[in-house]
Amino acid sequence: MRGEDRGVLKVIQAFLVALALVAPSVAFAVQPDEMLKDPVLEGRARALSRELRCMVCQNQSIDDSEAPLARDLRILVRQRLEAGDSDRQVLDFLVARYGDFVLLKPPFNRDTLLLWGLTPLALIAGAIGLFVMARRRKTAVLETAALTPDEQHRLSTLVGPPPSER
Amino acid sequence: MIPELGHYALVLALALGLIQSIVPVVGSLRNDGALMRLADSTALMQLFFVALSFTALTICYVTSDFSVATVFENSHSMMPLIYKITSVWGNHEGSMLLWVLILALFGGMVAAFGNNLPATLKANVLAVQSWIACAFYLFILLTSNPFLRLPQAPFEGRDLNPILQDPGLAIHPPLLYLGYVGFSIAFSFAIAALIDGKIDAAWARWVRPWTLAAWMCLTVGIAMGSYWAYYTLGWGGFWFWDPVENASLMPWLAGTALLHSAVVMEKRNALKIWTILLAILTFSLSLIGTFLVRSGVLTSVHAFANDPRRGVFILAILVLFIGGGLTLFAWRAPMLKQGGLFAPISREGALVFNNLFLTTACLTVLVGTLYPLGLEALTGEKISVGGPFFNLTFGPLMVALMFAIPFGPLLAWKRGDLPGVAQRLMVAFAVGLLGIAGVFMMEGAHSVLAPFGVGLALYVMAGAVVDLAERTGLFRAPFQTVRMRATGLPRSAWGTAVAHFGIALTMLGIICADTWGTERIVALKPSQTIALSGYDLSFDGLVQRPGPNYTAQVAKFTVRRGPTVIGLMEPSKRTFTARTMTTNEAALMMRGPSQLYLSLGDANADGSITVRLYFKPLVLLIWIGAVVMMLGGALSLSDRRLRIGAPKPAAKPALQAAE
Repeated sequence: MRGEDRGVLKVIQAFLVALALVAPSVAFAVQPDEMLKDPVLEGRARALSRELRCMVCQNQSIDDSEAPLARDLRILVRQRLEAGDSDRQVLDFLVARYGDFVLLKPPFNRDTLLLWGLTPLALIAGAIGLFVMARRRKTAVLETAALTPDEQHRLSTLVGPPPSER
Repeated sequence: MIPELGHYALVLALALGLIQSIVPVVGSLRNDGALMRLADSTALMQLFFVALSFTALTICYVTSDFSVATVFENSHSMMPLIYKITSVWGNHEGSMLLWVLILALFGGMVAAFGNNLPATLKANVLAVQSWIACAFYLFILLTSNPFLRLPQAPFEGRDLNPILQDPGLAIHPPLLYLGYVGFSIAFSFAIAALIDGKIDAAWARWVRPWTLAAWMCLTVGIAMGSYWAYYTLGWGGFWFWDPVENASLMPWLAGTALLHSAVVMEKRNALKIWTILLAILTFSLSLIGTFLVRSGVLTSVHAFANDPRRGVFILAILVLFIGGGLTLFAWRAPMLKQGGLFAPISREGALVFNNLFLTTACLTVLVGTLYPLGLEALTGEKISVGGPFFNLTFGPLMVALMFAIPFGPLLAWKRGDLPGVAQRLMVAFAVGLLGIAGVFMMEGAHSVLAPFGVGLALYVMAGAVVDLAERTGLFRAPFQTVRMRATGLPRSAWGTAVAHFGIALTMLGIICADTWGTERIVALKPSQTIALSGYDLSFDGLVQRPGPNYTAQVAKFTVRRGPTVIGLMEPSKRTFTARTMTTNEAALMMRGPSQLYLSLGDANADGSITVRLYFKPLVLLIWIGAVVMMLGGALSLSDRRLRIGAPKPAAKPALQAAE
């Protein structure tokens, strides 16, 4: 970055720090001076930023947060992209530094197996459960439907012979 | 004096609550009518005293009585009157008082309007309602008392958080609480019925109006919160999968499933177990939500300032009610006699499918919200679960559900004809496909999922129209017949179609705003113009404007489309003197259901200011859809059957049963 840009950057950074102290909930994130010239790279940077957590904020992505750390991370992401990293490499770079906590989409590993697996599991288990219950009910009805011979006899005495035999 | 009156009124309400918790249950066990009817009086008196308490607190805020600790912490004498009133519930203690007020309100309404309920059921419902109320009265009196006084009254208060000084705060929490707490009635009905041992179609008919009313309020409450976040937080985002937002979504999902289950139970006396379980779960989720928001367990933009003691108390309440409710269910549910049978392909089957998907979606949100907590507690590892996770798990479930929506109302009860229904829905399928094609033609092929989403939403909307058309014979029968049938159609049929149309509108809004919204972030100097989606916005300069308790820095923009001036937009930043905080007030301009959105940033060293400009197509449909859903609920609520009540069977001749 050129000298005068860096100077402007510092002023803005200072202002942001002051603002962040004063207005923690005012969110106004990506600044024009952070944005990359190349729109494709900038688009990738924004998409990646939306997947990264601002670690000093309460549940915001670095794209949404105006904390100084978020700004630093946004600039870091853009630097990595300009250096030619792929999306995966940028994310891995940040995870290596900050841990899985920085990813808003949790990784798929042994610890998060239950997290990712529960939805399909619950759906399948629920479907099976319903199926089993439906079958059990149907067989229960079928079993109780038949009359005993005694009841059959009572029924015929009450109802009388069928019309064809009268 | 007034705070003490308020405090004492609350203690009296607790005393009444304790009486109401025990006496009516004894009365129902002994079949003693007088003891059971006592519940009516105590419920109404509880409402009176809690309302008195709430009024007392409101008076303290309105008169800026800073000797009361919560008023000092959350109010300021220069605040506009409306915000003095809304700051009553803009903090933990006051909002808990609002919570119990609504709890008492629903209890009072059952006491006053539940005259067509059998005496034992009514008594038990009011007793259970009272158990909940007493638990929360104790919580307030012991850990979150809004009436505590400061020994020396300070001269000025610390002001309400400026972000909360907004009309949205007037509407969002009360509606939300009407929803959350309204589901307590369904819970009470479920527990009372389990205690009673009797659950039948008539029970479902009694539960449905209360559940509908709560559901309507929760739908609009969540939508209001989303809209408020949208225009207040300055990014144009409307849902962040924040734990507190999830805490309100979960009861909504379970409540929707409950509503649909209750319909089946009322019509066919089936799905009893689902309905009772959902009634217990929905309120349990409300309680869990209360715990998550107020205990400090989760970090969130929303969370109240917290105290672990409160967290432990609420956790105890949770364990008691949820644990107790589910235990009672496990014990008594086997007693529930099996109701009407149905084939898997039938309206009941479709509603079971609906229940399955809604409950799984609810479970997904619950797991996603609590997992980081659990994992950290067990292994010490910290992970984050945010939007990207939910989009991958919750999204597909909703897509599957939306696909099924038009089928449900068209399937027959007991045994449905799926190919026949599919044939009748051909029009809807065609509309969906046309939608997909249309989007591809207009916007090109770079986004693959979005056109399908639009097609799906249009298909559901067309499906709702097909539903009504089938019922009234539109396009098949002469107009007179159609008109006659339409006026004779039960309002709940209209309600169904309207509500389903509403959810499709919301989905359409979400897809369009997210996919085809445009954004520009620029630093502008006065008299510079920027183009956005066919609009030209010229920056005319900054002015300072004083407000009642803030000074605003306002940026003036002129909006043009081509050569014609359409209007002015004035995004601003307000600096509040008391807390020295600044809020961002975005400027919005409606263009049909779309919006132009401007948000002001910081001034730069070279005299320019940073501005974020958005054009969000069809974004308003998101919230219009929620209002339409509420209207559907309202139509259903005004159905004749619900107002008149379950018909009483004619007295049977005296056949002595061999009991």
